[in-house]
Amino acid sequence: MTMERAQMSSVPATPDERLRQVSFLSRLMKRPELGAVAGLILVVAFFAVTADPAMFSLAGVINFLTPAAQLGILALGASLLMIGGEFDLSLGSMVAFAGLIFGVAVTVTGWPLILAIPATLLVAALLGAVNAQIVLRTALPSFIVTLAGLFILRGLSLVGLKWATGGSTQLRGVSDVVEGDWLLPFFSGDAFEGLFAWLAARGWIETFGNGSAKVPGVPVEIVWFVLLTAVATWVLLRTPAGNWIFASGGDKTAAINSGVPVRKVKVALFVLTACCAALVAIITVLDAGSTDARRGFQKEFEAIIAAVIGGALLTGGYGSAVGAFFGSIIFGVVMIGLSYTNIDQDWYQVFLGSMLLVAVIFNNAIRKRVTGER
Amino acid sequence: MTQPIIEMRSIEKNYGNIVALAGVSFDVRPGECHCLLGDNGAGKSTFIKTMSGVVQPTRGQIVVEGRPMSFQSPRDAMNAGIATVYQDLAMIPLMSVARNFFMGREPTTGWGPFKRFDVERANSVTMAEMKKMGINLREADQAVGTLSGGERQTVAIARAVHFGAKVLILDEPTSALGVRQTANVLSTIDRVRKQGVGVVFITHNVRHAMAVGDRFTVLNRGKTLGTSQRGEITPDQLQDLMAGGQEMAQLEASLGGTV
Ligand SMILES: Nc1ncnc2c1ncn2[C@@H]1O[C@H](COP(=O)(O)OP(=O)(O)OP(=O)(O)O)[C@@H](O)[C@H]1O
Ligand SMILES: [Mg+2]
Repeated sequence: MTMERAQMSSVPATPDERLRQVSFLSRLMKRPELGAVAGLILVVAFFAVTADPAMFSLAGVINFLTPAAQLGILALGASLLMIGGEFDLSLGSMVAFAGLIFGVAVTVTGWPLILAIPATLLVAALLGAVNAQIVLRTALPSFIVTLAGLFILRGLSLVGLKWATGGSTQLRGVSDVVEGDWLLPFFSGDAFEGLFAWLAARGWIETFGNGSAKVPGVPVEIVWFVLLTAVATWVLLRTPAGNWIFASGGDKTAAINSGVPVRKVKVALFVLTACCAALVAIITVLDAGSTDARRGFQKEFEAIIAAVIGGALLTGGYGSAVGAFFGSIIFGVVMIGLSYTNIDQDWYQVFLGSMLLVAVIFNNAIRKRVTGER
Repeated sequence: MTQPIIEMRSIEKNYGNIVALAGVSFDVRPGECHCLLGDNGAGKSTFIKTMSGVVQPTRGQIVVEGRPMSFQSPRDAMNAGIATVYQDLAMIPLMSVARNFFMGREPTTGWGPFKRFDVERANSVTMAEMKKMGINLREADQAVGTLSGGERQTVAIARAVHFGAKVLILDEPTSALGVRQTANVLSTIDRVRKQGVGVVFITHNVRHAMAVGDRFTVLNRGKTLGTSQRGEITPDQLQDLMAGGQEMAQLEASLGGTV
């Protein structure tokens, strides 16, 4: 195959070095994740100048990658769903609701993680499927349908928490009941502790006075985040399902006429997005040892912004998981980075809004370029 | 005479109380280009939608290679070898030519969880098929949006033929094109016909129809005004028929009494 391709491309043998380079550059320009990478470089450069150098030590990097990963898992779902042509504004509330389900399952019902985690994912998947069915059957914009979900699920989380705790909006005691569960290391704490201890022993990473590593390992959410990004990228670019996602969002009618199972694709994407929310809920609830009604508050917007910074078009059919990955890291860097500077923390939102605006304008220009539209 | 690949018998289609088709009969034989003409709103698009499974006829029969069929979806029609290139192209501008080419029918390689979209093969097949149609793509992962209208039509036609279409339906493929691109599409039609595919060519441009057509059927207000062979009808007569049949009586003879 490679030989055949090499032959084909060597037929019009015009060895023009300059032409090559231009085409490589324009190829790069067409990558949907370009904006996010450029943005990340910009933000890192900004903080490299203004922030305390501790920000880019190993501990500092882990420090901003952790919230980036928690957001990023949501952003991956949001991004895939947007590429498929839909939105899910109930994403943040879904984190709270899934947190409630999970919290109740482990504390009130006393289930082990092997039951509680699948149950939480199942409930989220069902709610995602309900969202999808409403959107598909009514043909209303998913924007408005899931906006309703945003309020309904947030409200249900509040009511449910009060019901489960007898009046409080916080459900505590998760840590005690899950302690020692064999599944716990996959959803809580740090991974690669052995490796980090080994690196610390060699003195290759920073240690405390007693010789133990300052950073004991990689928080599991970062591992999940990286794994899910890899899987999502593979699915998008290297499987028929990926082609269907792009097609469903690019032009629903054209996709249906070409035999793409658009409805199934959309249901699957809503379910996936809801499950991403559930995963974040499980990880953060285990991390905090409790859950409350504010969990995931406004995360739907942050996830969508990260997806847009990552190159996803609001109109669907275009975007990238790698883009959402970098978009989320930008969030982490800015959110945590400000605390390493003398800059007032409240600039955070200004920064994000501007970032979104720039990304949207940039994406729009890119889209015109790709489609040759004038 | 060879057996038709597809026969449409007295197809009727109502949208509520709107009668879009009031009994249209039509057939396509292998290797011919059967032109379907008619003014705006005559029902051409609606008719071919019943043929390609996008809408279901209210009444009437569809016979494919002698077997009565009913298409519940475009997929059914596609499986029966009926491929359609829509007026509003079934192409996605943001996606690459190769991804569009194989949309819904992606080639895969590997097995089990590692079964994946064979991008290399998709790209090389697309390049080769487009070359056959006389279009040299710069690269297979060029976005369809960057192609000209005529090139897009050609991608759509090449795709249909590649996937073994026996009948290829083209809904006004030349309506938005300039002279040169129209010529390209018409020669593509000719090329496809010579491979034994039956082509249904919808247009309201008589000259385009005359350039490649073997038979001509005129639709007017949801009814056929008849079918005539190449050589039995002049462009002027066709034009008049389309315009509403003011000279019906005079033309009936030339239509061989099929009205
Ligand atoms: N979904 C629909 N609902 C109601 N009426 C419809 C629908 N689709 C088509 N019609 C009506 O059926 C008639 C035939 O329409 P059709 O699109 O088949 O015409 P056409 O011959 O393809 O015209 P054009 O040359 O403009 O493409 C028109 O009067 C149209 O208004
Ligand atoms: Mg039409």
